[in-house]
Parts: sequence; C-alpha cells; structure tokens
Amino acid sequence: MSEERNDATQEIGLEAAGARPLFQLSAMGRVGLGILVFWIVVAIVGPFLAPYDPADMVADESFAPMSEAFPLGTDYVGRDILSRLLYGARLTMSLSLASTLLAFFVGISLGFTAALAGPKTDMVISRIYDAFLSMPTIMLGLVVIAALGSSIPVLVITAGLIYSCGLYRIARALAAEIKVMDFVEAARARGEKLPWIIRREILPNAVVPLVAEFGLRLVFSILFISGLSFLGLGVQPPTADWGVMVRENLGGLVYGSSAAFVPAAAIATLTVGINLVVDDFSAQRGQEIAEEMI
Amino acid sequence: MWLVVLRRLGLGVVTLWVVSMLVFAGTEILPGDVAEAILGQSATPEAVAAIRAQLDLDRPALVRYFEWLANMLHGNLGKSLSANLPISELISDRLQNTLILASLTAAFSIPIALAMGLAAAMFPGGRVDRLVTISTLFLLSVPEFFIAATLVLIFAVHLQWVPAITYVTEYESVWQLVKSMALPILTLTTSVVAHMARMTRAAVINVMTSPYIEMAILKGVPRARIVLRHALLNAVGPVVNVVALNLAYLVSGVVIVETVFAYPGLAKLMVDAVSRRDMPLVQACAMIFCTAYILFILVADVLALLANPRLRHPK
Repeated sequence: MSEERNDATQEIGLEAAGARPLFQLSAMGRVGLGILVFWIVVAIVGPFLAPYDPADMVADESFAPMSEAFPLGTDYVGRDILSRLLYGARLTMSLSLASTLLAFFVGISLGFTAALAGPKTDMVISRIYDAFLSMPTIMLGLVVIAALGSSIPVLVITAGLIYSCGLYRIARALAAEIKVMDFVEAARARGEKLPWIIRREILPNAVVPLVAEFGLRLVFSILFISGLSFLGLGVQPPTADWGVMVRENLGGLVYGSSAAFVPAAAIATLTVGINLVVDDFSAQRGQEIAEEMI
Repeated sequence: MWLVVLRRLGLGVVTLWVVSMLVFAGTEILPGDVAEAILGQSATPEAVAAIRAQLDLDRPALVRYFEWLANMLHGNLGKSLSANLPISELISDRLQNTLILASLTAAFSIPIALAMGLAAAMFPGGRVDRLVTISTLFLLSVPEFFIAATLVLIFAVHLQWVPAITYVTEYESVWQLVKSMALPILTLTTSVVAHMARMTRAAVINVMTSPYIEMAILKGVPRARIVLRHALLNAVGPVVNVVALNLAYLVSGVVIVETVFAYPGLAKLMVDAVSRRDMPLVQACAMIFCTAYILFILVADVLALLANPRLRHPK
C-alpha cells in the first residue's frame, strides 16, 4: 500500500519536472530576449543588408536628416549611418564577447585553483586581485592604454583581465562551497586528480550562477569598451564601431542631428536587453540555488 | 573600538601605496622602451634620448618609483611632457571644476536616491517598487553617453532651456553657471541615483525582514511609519555606507560626462593626457582619482563599522 503511494508521488514528481521548462521568462524578460536575439541576428547578417559601404561618403551633406535614401541619416562626413550601424554591430559585440570569454577563462581557472590548491596559492592570487580592485576600472583602463597605446588586442585583454576580478571571487566562493560537499569528498577519496574534480564535479554544479554572471560581465564589458571608444581611446576611427560613432558625431547633437544618438541607443538597447534576461534568470534560478544550497 | 577604525585607516594607507605602485608600474609594462613608444614613428635617436633624459629612464625603475612617490607626497607632481608646465599648475583649476561638478551632483542625488529607495522598500513588489526597480535597472544598463545624448536632445535642442556645451568662465552670473552646468549634473545624477536607490532599497528591505518589524506589522503600525521609524533608524549604517560607496562611483562617471559636455575638469585633462601619452600627467591624475575613490570607500567602511556594534567588536 505505502509502496504504491510512493510510486505514484514519484511519478507525479517526475512528470512535473519534465513539463517544467528550464526557466520561465516574465514579460520583461521576453522583451529583453527579443532585443538580444534581434541584435545577434543583426551582428550576423547586418553587413549583407547594409545599403552602402560603411566607409563611403555617399551623401553630399553631413548630418543629413532621415530620408528614404538614408533611413537613419548621415554622419559628420556624409556616411550612411544605417550601414555603419549594421557593420558596427559585429565589431562591438564580438569585442565584448571575446573579452568576457577571456574574463571567464582567467577568472574561473584562477578562482577554482585558489579554492582548491591550498591557502598559500589562494593568498597570493587573492591579494593580487585585491590590488587591482582597489582602482576604479576606468582608471585602470586609462593607465594601461596610456602605456600601451590603443589597439584591439590591448582593449580585449585589458577588459578581460579587469572583469576577471569579479568572476574570480565568485568562482572561488562557489568552489569553496561545493568543495566541502560529500560528492567531492567522495571523488577525492576515490583518488581522482584535481583537474578531473574541477571538470566533472565542481564545474557542473557552478554553471547556473556563472551563466547569470556571464550576462552581467558582458554588459560591463560592452559599456567599458564602448566607453573607451567614445573617449577616443578604444577602437580607432574610421572603423565602424558604435562607441566610435557616438564620438564622431557628438558635434551634430547641438544641431539636433540624431547621428550620435542612434549608435548610443543601439548600445543602450543591447545592454538593457541583456540585463532584463539576466535579471529574470537570476531572480528565478538564484532562488532555487539558494534553496538547494541550504 | 577606535582600534578597529585605526586598523581600517591603516589598511587604506596600504591600499593607496599599492595603487601608487600599480599606477607607476603601468608605465613600465611596455616590453620595449617607453620613450620610443611615446614618440612612435618620429623616434629619431636624438628625440628618444631627450625623452629618456626627461623621464629619467636610464636609472633603475625602483629608484625612480621611490623618488616619484616622495615627490608626490611633498606635493610636487612633476612636469607635464606635452605642455612643459608644472602639473600642479595645470590641474588646480581643473580639479576645482571637477569638485564643483561632483559636489553638486552629490547634493542632488543623495536626497532623490534615498527617497526613491525608501518609497520602493515600503511595499516590496508593489507598483512603486516595480517602477523604481525597472527604471533603475534601465538606467544602470545604459551607457552614460546615451543618457547625456538623450538629455541634450530634449533640453538643449528641443526645449532650448540650457546650452549643450559647458563653458565655465569667471564672469558668468550664478544663474548662467547653474544653467550651463545643468546637463552634466543631471546626467551624472541620473546614473548615480540608479545605483544608490537600488542599494538603499536592498538595505532597507534587508532590515524589514527582522522580527521586530514583523512585530510592528502584526500590531498594526502603518507602513510608512514602520519604514521611517523602525526600519530606517536601523538601516542608517548600511544606507550611509551605500551613499559613500556610490559617491566613489562618481570617479568613473565624470570621465565620460566631462568628455560629452567638454567640461573643463580633471577627467577631461586626464583623457587628453592619455591620448597624448603624457605619462607624468596621467600618473598624477590617476593618483588623484584613485585617492578620492579609496577615501570614499574608506569612509563607507568606517561608517559601517561605527554604525554596527557587531562589526566594532570582532571576535
């Protein structure tokens, strides 16, 4: 009798688990996801859709208003803004993605190493990161660029290393928490090596919080890199990049030209979109994780 | 108790020292020669030798570091490479302008942020809370130059209330000064308020979960009174901490805002120095900004220590 009931509840439990999606988006989350998908598609196919070459001065007029020939107007030397925006999407997004991936790789490897390798290694890595965190990120970026000059590798590596700080802390805390759980102890007792434990036992259990973190860092890195490009210290003109476009056309703002506003709005929608998804994701999964951990 | 505070102050001094090493090391991370890198294509042997002599590159880095540090502690910031003027002369006016911008921003943003945070915390999940959470999330995610561009289009171009670019000159009347600084202040305020309001909300909601608040709710005290009388007094520590932390955030905010509005402040000077690769000037500006940043965080930590007896007497 009791066995039967057990089976029944188990079945219900399984069914419920199977029917539930990975996570459900709220209305705002769906808007965010829509924006995000839109920009990813633009980054992939944008250059094929662009009506003009992004470097061509196609109009006689600088800061021409929106028209049929130039749907978003022209910039300060008469280049088509829509075309530059479509080309720029790929560069702006891939730079941030590359630096976030770098931040993840460096931050997570060092974080896991610090948590697992012993107190001495932990102390050395942690103190170095503390030193870097005691400076505002923009100042760190400015000093590095003053010394090395600005180039795309310098930008990506600088942003990657700066944002690995936050990931390092999270990865270290997660690994320290998971490390003391029974299944890791069991793996250690079995005689598994450290890399195996990290890959097979710790990483799968840290994935969800790290995914939310990925979105946040991506936003930071988009803001950081486009901010530097805006200051004239990032991607260099005439390359079509959203931050560069804002800088180039800033002068037109006074005359009511939207040439600087359009790329700024592109960055803003992209970052807001990512943040809306992340917010939704961490609000739901974060709660579950907190419950599981307790 | 003062021992704990003193220890924290000591830690602040150590942090500052570490940052000074980082800032100085920043100029040494070049694989090749700084002089050649600064000159770029135009690196004739004579020019390289001149820059090397000016920067004192022929002596060991460690010696130069300690000299630089000692000079800085005596208020001697060195000489700018591109302007060939003492740095202290270059920055005095600029620093003053930035301080005016930052303190006016603080004066506006603190009350607004606290009001927003408290209103949101009064009914978590309610309509006001959702409005505040979503609008601040939006403001947090967008770049400062987007906020600035939007404000310029609205207030300077369409309504024509204020000029789009800031000219700070001495003969202006107070009203004109306010008008010309309105947009930079508004932009900075918007981004600082977003952070501050969110953190204030979190700090108050955190207190709202304590048992004595539940008690107050159960005995029927009105919500506003609970928040203002019961929760706020106990949240003062965390909230003051939040305020100081967010003022530190101003350091990165001014860099973008001063560039957008061509505001003659220290951050604009630093950005120009970076693009001209004027190392001594970059180092001096970076040290000023980092010192301000560390000071704000230090104040935040000390206030948190003073407000919380449990932190004051660590076990």
